[in-house]
Amino acid sequence: MSSYTYDYVDGNAAAGELSRIFATDVTAAEGQCAHCGAIKRFAEAHLYMDGPGVVARCAVCENVLLRLANVRQGVFLDMRGMTYLMFGAGEANDVRARGPKRKFRLDGPPKRRST
Amino acid sequence: MWRVGTVVALHDETATARTVRLEVPDWPGHLAGQHVDVRLTASDGYSAVRSYSIASAPNSKGRVELTVERLPNGEVSPYLTQELAAGDRLELRGPIGGWFVWRADQNEPIQLIAGGSGIVPLMAMIRSRISVGGTAPFRLLYSVREPGAVFYPDELQALSNKDNSVTATYAYTRATPKDWPRPTGRIDAALITSATWPSKLGPTCYVCGPTSFVERVAGFLASQGNSPDKIRTERFGPTGDRK
Repeated sequence: MSSYTYDYVDGNAAAGELSRIFATDVTAAEGQCAHCGAIKRFAEAHLYMDGPGVVARCAVCENVLLRLANVRQGVFLDMRGMTYLMFGAGEANDVRARGPKRKFRLDGPPKRRST
Repeated sequence: MWRVGTVVALHDETATARTVRLEVPDWPGHLAGQHVDVRLTASDGYSAVRSYSIASAPNSKGRVELTVERLPNGEVSPYLTQELAAGDRLELRGPIGGWFVWRADQNEPIQLIAGGSGIVPLMAMIRSRISVGGTAPFRLLYSVREPGAVFYPDELQALSNKDNSVTATYAYTRATPKDWPRPTGRIDAALITSATWPSKLGPTCYVCGPTSFVERVAGFLASQGNSPDKIRTERFGPTGDRK
């Protein structure tokens, strides 16, 4: 390892682990740091993966945003370091590129069946 | 959710890097810039997971290409680059990541900056733009050790020969081709100024490489007036060993 400063990777790298828990991609969501108030995409966080779990730190103040640890009993997820995560409209749904678009027919509300 | 892909082709890019083409029957499609996690499991149950960027453009055929650089003390990359054979099966999770991506509806100028094997997700963006016939102007600045370490050299050369395609600039850090105008050296502020889009054009910049490389380049881009929101980065750690 070259230096302590550069031990981290981007929040992007947690996408696989987080996809085990969340239905939509967390790394494209905007999160607010509970310590300094910075609002950034989770993908921009500094991610430390050398320990037994994953630690994401704020790219601005290095406050711990998220901790994820796999232990025998299950998975611990601590997100106290963020006041919120905001998933953009549309974005969260299409980030996984779910193949060909579905075609909907817009025929209005279903007609009430006459009795 | 883990899917199973079958290796259908292998291609050496350099002495230490190999492209693995997989067919994944239930592949949901991907965006240029996304990655996958690859899981290898030994007969005693021990397993190792590593992330690799997807090199291929989005396609509807369930085809995924990964280019893997072999790391001297790596646990997974020596297997993928030396032992894996056509017909072998790999477990994949993905596609993953929704931030470091280029979408075909982006029309602004695109600045790609790669350090070493950081070219892989950027190549997916270039291939994606070519395959959709996009008009977004692309520039690539590629920092690489020596000419023999360039990934996809013929394809990049062919693209730069076409007037409407991708302009590539190379920065060699250890050895240059013969009669190369710029001496060996890392990307510096002057090269960023001369080889990348001016910030006033509002380019989106994608920077991928080892962490120290990305730090430095992102700093240059910001100091030249690029907005932090327009600089997207993917760092893969101090040694380039992606975990």
